[in-house]
Amino acid sequence: MAFLESSWNLFTNNWDLFVRGAWTALLLAIIGTICGTLIGFFIGIMHTIPKRKKNVKSMLLKVFNFILTAYVEIFRGTPMMVQAMVVFYGLVYLGIDIDRFLAASLVISLNTGAYMAEYVRGGIVSIDKGQFEAAQAIGMNHLQTMIHIVIPQVARNILPATGNQFVMNIKDSSVLSVISVVELFFTANSIAGSNYKYIEAFFIATVLYFIMTFTVTRFLLLFEKKMDGPASYKVELITGNKLEKDGK
Amino acid sequence: MTVVIDINHLNKKFGDHEVLKDVNFQVNKGEVVTLIGSSGSGKSTLLRCINLLETPTAGEIIYNGENILNDGHHIEKYRTHLGMVFQQFNLFNNLDVLNNCMVGQIKVLKRTKEEAQQNAFKYLELVGMSAYKNAKPKHLSGGQKQRVAIARALAMDPDVMLFDEPTSALDPEMVGEVLKVMRHLADQGNTMLIVTHEMEFAKEVSDRIVFMDKGVIVEEGPPEAILVNPSHERTKEFLKRTLR
Repeated sequence: MAFLESSWNLFTNNWDLFVRGAWTALLLAIIGTICGTLIGFFIGIMHTIPKRKKNVKSMLLKVFNFILTAYVEIFRGTPMMVQAMVVFYGLVYLGIDIDRFLAASLVISLNTGAYMAEYVRGGIVSIDKGQFEAAQAIGMNHLQTMIHIVIPQVARNILPATGNQFVMNIKDSSVLSVISVVELFFTANSIAGSNYKYIEAFFIATVLYFIMTFTVTRFLLLFEKKMDGPASYKVELITGNKLEKDGK
Repeated sequence: MTVVIDINHLNKKFGDHEVLKDVNFQVNKGEVVTLIGSSGSGKSTLLRCINLLETPTAGEIIYNGENILNDGHHIEKYRTHLGMVFQQFNLFNNLDVLNNCMVGQIKVLKRTKEEAQQNAFKYLELVGMSAYKNAKPKHLSGGQKQRVAIARALAMDPDVMLFDEPTSALDPEMVGEVLKVMRHLADQGNTMLIVTHEMEFAKEVSDRIVFMDKGVIVEEGPPEAILVNPSHERTKEFLKRTLR
């Protein structure tokens, strides 16, 4: 009981710092997930442009897609903690004085983008070929087919993966403390140090992280259900059904 | 008679396999043409070559006096003049019935929303599906899906309607409702090119029947000539197997 009391006291004395830290973590996760998803869709679309005749345009596309693939492989194959150090201190080395929060947002977005690119590519590949053909048959070009027909279906199908990524981002934002972004881990760590209360501070951080991830997971499940709509359809009005009337 | 689509020396190879061999063939305005033949005879491939879902290996497809296989021809624009109905319906799963019939009109033909909606309703009424305007494809039976797919194609106001085995994926009791819609369209004077295995239906609606075998057109003519008095041995054999 003494532990809980001590934790509670630590929290009430520093609640504004904890909440601000948690908010920063959440904000990084939100930015990372949104920007990362956009990057993912962009790469997914670039990688699925149908190959037509060989000309300068298709060569440029090939080179560009190679660069995108390299980006995906590098960011998926290295720890985000290291990426944060390289990006932040790299920019400093180049004489670019970047805000720490901005650098953290950039790293988490690029990292998420690399993962989302694969989800999106898989999502596009798994869409029935008939959907593409039907869109082509009514005269849509590749971009129109993607925007109006394929992407909405892919977005729905990869929603669970996107939600998963969002939850991971909330947790993994903690590694961005290495570049001194004042998010929840960094906050907990400094409060722990200044009060000599390590276990209490990180217990509070644990609870706050869990509240955030649990809320987000529930919210996403509701959102998925809402997107799917009702399982059956009720005919509204039988009016002017010419063929139905004179037939059966 | 005005020729709408004129196909000359069309050839299609999948790798080394020659699916279409020097096919010459016309579709006239207001005509209902049925392509028959056993599986693998190339009839579906021919239909898919016409709207370039398959790219022909050689030959020409003349539409409005222009060879659409020439470089730089606007393929997307050409396709809007052809309405395609697929065996597997291929309704857009993310859109409801009404929007399935509107998306092409709005995004490709650049019609206004009101215009598109009015036109979509007109054809949904025609196929008897207007009561389902807000249903998603997953809510519909196969026959209903196919009728919506027909309305979607018609809503683009195409010159020619292409049907690729429209009833082959349907339960037997749903075949009737789709054929009825197609019969109605034929009576209205639409130009239609149909790949089908429904011989009775072909006999009834066709102005001309084309029999294909192993990638070539063996013979073509009015239904009676082809189905009752075929002149080629291969046609006779095919009919013996299917008209039992």
